[in-house]
Amino acid sequence: MSMKLSAVAGCALLFSTSLLAETITIATVNNGDMITMQELSSDFTAKNPDITLKWVTLEENILRQRVTTDVATRGGQYDVMTIGTYEVPIWGKQGWLTELDKLGENYDLDDLLPAIRSGLTVDNKLFAAPFYGESSMVMYRKDLMQKAGLEMPTKPSWDFIRQAAKAMTDKEAGVYGICLRGKAGWGENVALITSMSNSFGARWFDENWQPQFDSKEWQATLQYYVELLEESGPPGSSANGFNENLALFQTGKCGIWIDATVAGAFVTNVKDSEVADKVGFALAPDNGLGKRGNWLWAWTLAVPKSSTKSDAAMKFISWATSKEYSALVAEKKGWAKVPPGTRASLYDNPEYIKAAPFAQITLESIQSADPINPTVKPVPYVGIQFVAIPEFQGIGTAVGQQFSAALTGQLTVKQALESSQRLVERAMKKARYPKK
Amino acid sequence: MAINKSNKSKFIYTILAWGISGLIFFPILWTILTSFKTEAEAISASPSLLMFDWTLENYRDVLARSPYFDHFWNSVVISLGSSLLGLLIAIPAAWSMAFVQNKRTKNLLMWMLSTKMLPPVGVLIPIYMLFRDFDLLDTKIGLVIVMTLINLPIMVWMLYTYFREIPNEILEASRMDGANIIDEIFHVLLPIALPGIASTLLLNVILAWNEAFWSLILTAANAAPLTAFIASYSSPEGLFYAKLSAASAMAIVPILILGWFSQKQLVRGLSFGAVK
Repeated sequence: MSMKLSAVAGCALLFSTSLLAETITIATVNNGDMITMQELSSDFTAKNPDITLKWVTLEENILRQRVTTDVATRGGQYDVMTIGTYEVPIWGKQGWLTELDKLGENYDLDDLLPAIRSGLTVDNKLFAAPFYGESSMVMYRKDLMQKAGLEMPTKPSWDFIRQAAKAMTDKEAGVYGICLRGKAGWGENVALITSMSNSFGARWFDENWQPQFDSKEWQATLQYYVELLEESGPPGSSANGFNENLALFQTGKCGIWIDATVAGAFVTNVKDSEVADKVGFALAPDNGLGKRGNWLWAWTLAVPKSSTKSDAAMKFISWATSKEYSALVAEKKGWAKVPPGTRASLYDNPEYIKAAPFAQITLESIQSADPINPTVKPVPYVGIQFVAIPEFQGIGTAVGQQFSAALTGQLTVKQALESSQRLVERAMKKARYPKK
Repeated sequence: MAINKSNKSKFIYTILAWGISGLIFFPILWTILTSFKTEAEAISASPSLLMFDWTLENYRDVLARSPYFDHFWNSVVISLGSSLLGLLIAIPAAWSMAFVQNKRTKNLLMWMLSTKMLPPVGVLIPIYMLFRDFDLLDTKIGLVIVMTLINLPIMVWMLYTYFREIPNEILEASRMDGANIIDEIFHVLLPIALPGIASTLLLNVILAWNEAFWSLILTAANAAPLTAFIASYSSPEGLFYAKLSAASAMAIVPILILGWFSQKQLVRGLSFGAVK
């Protein structure tokens, strides 16, 4: 009798739980770390049986278009959105995001890396939690460097990179000294060249929002970029983005690749990379002006104001960006697969440092990035490889097309910069900058 | 001599046709072949056409990670539903334009076609807000309505072209025999125009199956069709070309099979009235 009663009570409990269960919809990008999060989410649902998860995984640009439409129209399709450090300050100011004030007592907010945390905070309110963070760094082939009779310094200059790239190039053998992003787009070649330009002393705008592409610093940056790729880059560089360069580097076609620190885990992965045991890392180059050419980016999780399930959404975010989640990934997938660049405690962990040879450079790169003061001269904007204003996606991509045209030879460097200056001036005038 | 010349040109045209077909089909073939490679082989600088280690790992991974059959079912409901609903509206519309013409009919037809020239993104925000207000976001019925509206101009145009080929006298004879409009459409017009209607239906199923803009924007987790399933395997940071190819192959194979079996109807329908 008591067994029957227990069974009935059990069924009733299960039934009531399923009735009360809250479903949250999570929009995310198809990157390796996010796929792992999806795989391990059964740990979250086991700890929170009253919450079920629905996933919408998309390519970055499609996701950006969808979540922007949804958040701007308060559509309410998503409860958790994966957005970048470009969107968070803009959307936070617009009042489109919910403040993350219920992450739990054990969350340890102070463990978040200050450079990352500051980019996600508007008026002292945290609007997104970082899932993984990245800067950019130099990845190079130690064997080719040795063959060229050179040694990569931990803090190389742009002059050294040019010299080394030239020495490592063997076009007949299909080995090219340098691989850089050339594909047009605000998140593609513009991210790289803008970061580079910071170390050459250039800036997008002066303090009065006047475009600065007619400056000698921009001339020097773009001239260097075009000449470097012409001398030592692979053919068709203007079509190469992150993935194309990753494929070239992993198959032994690149001597040096300057790109996201997150690539460290890919190029040292023995399963996919033919050069896994031959890769060295260094900080992004500089020109002795006090700024290195590295960027700062984080994929973050945020709750849109239109979500009616913000408590459950915050519970999920707290789980996915916690120290406990890092430990879970380490246990199931290994320390090298732990999402990097968000928590200081990860870099105090000797097991992680041992498993990820790029860890120290990643940390130094992130810590040295300053989105508030990104350039040698003062600027009125926030952001290193982007300018955190809503207009930037449009003007960034248009400028990227001019840079790409300079690389293919359709325009000279001077023409590309003149054209960039004109189109940015026009766009800023139309958007009525400087804003009163 | 004349026979020799005719055989020679036939041979050249056959080779040319096979060459063009091969060119068109090659990207699909390459996608299918890549889906059986490892990720490392998929990005290899010297790719092999057939001599690689064939693996089903990508299909296993894709099936384990995504609810393929849910997406497949959504695609079937949306493409078939919108095509049938579209026919229901397009048949009477095309009948009236073909057989009960007035001086504005041509303008009306042109106006309908002009709606296809509007870039979809131009009406994105109003449509999204309408969907939000009517609770149609992420629903199959919402997608059926949108697909119907998108493809309706093409359906009306196609059916109008077929109906124009049918002699008016046949319909007049049925009217003389006492048929009303419903009888005329269902018992006289439809049986004669069946091949045209079938090819309109097939073409619209294919168009709705492949539509990617609205189906990506208006759906999330519940009504996402196979286009959203493919998009979930594209990544800007990470090489998943083999998995992306497996997902693409799984999404296109059903419609390829449908196209293969109905090619006769499709070709007949599309070339109907082309030569007079």
